[in-house]
Amino acid sequence: MGYDLQMKVWRGDATGGELVDYTVPVEEGEVVLDALHRIQATQSGDLAVRWNCKAGKCGSCSTEINGRPRLACMTRLSTFEEGETVTVTPLRTFPVVRDLVTDVSYNYKVAETVPPFAPEPRPADGQYRMQQVDVERGQEFRKCIECFLCQDVCHVIRDHEENKQSFSGPRFFLRYAELEMHPLDTNDRRELAREQAGIGMCNITKCCTEVCPEGIHITDNAIIPMKERVVDRSFDPVTWLGRKIFRRDQLPEAQVPQGRSE
Amino acid sequence: MAAPTGIKSPTRARIAARTLRTDRWWLYPTFTALVLLAFVVYATYRAFSGQHYFAEPYLTPFYSPCVTTECVEGSAHLGTWVGDWWPFSPAVLILVIPLSLRLTCYYYRKAYYRSFWMSPPACAVGEPHRRYTGETRFPLILQNIHRYALYIALAYNVLLTYDAVMSFKSPEGEWGHMGLGSLILVVNAVLLALYSLSCHSCRHIIGGRLRNFSKHPVRYRLWGGVSVLNGRHAQLAWASLVWVAFTDFYIWMVASGTWSDPRFF
Repeated sequence: MGYDLQMKVWRGDATGGELVDYTVPVEEGEVVLDALHRIQATQSGDLAVRWNCKAGKCGSCSTEINGRPRLACMTRLSTFEEGETVTVTPLRTFPVVRDLVTDVSYNYKVAETVPPFAPEPRPADGQYRMQQVDVERGQEFRKCIECFLCQDVCHVIRDHEENKQSFSGPRFFLRYAELEMHPLDTNDRRELAREQAGIGMCNITKCCTEVCPEGIHITDNAIIPMKERVVDRSFDPVTWLGRKIFRRDQLPEAQVPQGRSE
Repeated sequence: MAAPTGIKSPTRARIAARTLRTDRWWLYPTFTALVLLAFVVYATYRAFSGQHYFAEPYLTPFYSPCVTTECVEGSAHLGTWVGDWWPFSPAVLILVIPLSLRLTCYYYRKAYYRSFWMSPPACAVGEPHRRYTGETRFPLILQNIHRYALYIALAYNVLLTYDAVMSFKSPEGEWGHMGLGSLILVVNAVLLALYSLSCHSCRHIIGGRLRNFSKHPVRYRLWGGVSVLNGRHAQLAWASLVWVAFTDFYIWMVASGTWSDPRFF
């Protein structure tokens, strides 16, 4: 059964803006993006909202709904009480372009700094082989749709603009973890994760996991395992002593095994 | 005046509110802070009180192992090898072990960073600090010792298991008896062992650090088991914390004569 939904939508650009009130007729089964499209179609044709698949797979319609980072296309209106006002704002971690559209290019710049997959040379028959358990391990990480909600909610950059220079954010720790756990990859990204990506800045408050629309256990399965690998590399005195004794620290960086051949 | 940063940065959408969340986001940090504070106050009082910690055959986990000459007769299972130089209660010497594990635990870090540090108090709620360096500098860089706290805590768990086994003696020292206190001590040992084994560092050491699971089938299976426990790490953290306080309270009451321990056989 339909009803009139009360909405507040942030309208404006980098020079200023405000929350604008709308009353939108909505139907049962609709999502927040449907309501935004209805505003666009019937009341404010110039409302800027980024969207594409309407199926929670493209990661385009990331916004903040009642203060929580969410995909507009996956937030059902039945989540809210019928008389409740639904407030929609752009992502508050990135520069605003207009209305609900933000400039997320920071993430693409960070992506360029992650060393790509570097597989070992192909065996004689030219075929790489991986066992099923090793293939399965990385599947969770590849579910990421790059909606950047985890980046948006991460307080390290949300509340501290200056940290964008030295911190990559949860989405890229996921990428570091995926590559670090890949049996065929030859790069050692642990030092990079600490020095360049700033994994030490993360204080494990799990907000990235809470907002992930794909349900990826970002903190438990990517960030903490990467932190532990950094501990192996940089903070574990026993491992450090082992490297000294067996003179592994004198090998060129790319050859330092430190458990890598395992 | 310093330039505005974070959600007040000039390029971001100008929204005055620190958060637009309408749910009760303050509930988790408030509840966490209250429970942790209550535990700290209780544990501090009990640790420094230095009395009513042993009621044959029960030794409270706060004082186990009791290793100073101050320990009451029968409570020093491992001997009093520390001697009499330790100026405080024997508990203070021992509680450093579980304290270091819990302080550096990945779950408790989330809990106290949110509830005490307010960094952040809840997701998408602005934090009050102007600067933030995370765990990159002293003292928070010491969080990286967590695995060593785990190793010591695992040994400590063996002692708590020993205490639970010893509780199946009668007050006269005969085996084959059991009281309500025995049951409480067994549950305590099990919960603390599960909490330690479900730790993220344990998961990493058991198998998480491997690149090829397929080359290490035994470690892979163990990793799978620890991963199941790890999924319940937060619940185990709370359950073991509350239960260890309850265990101490029960033995305190028995030792002080406030109530007597029901014996099953």
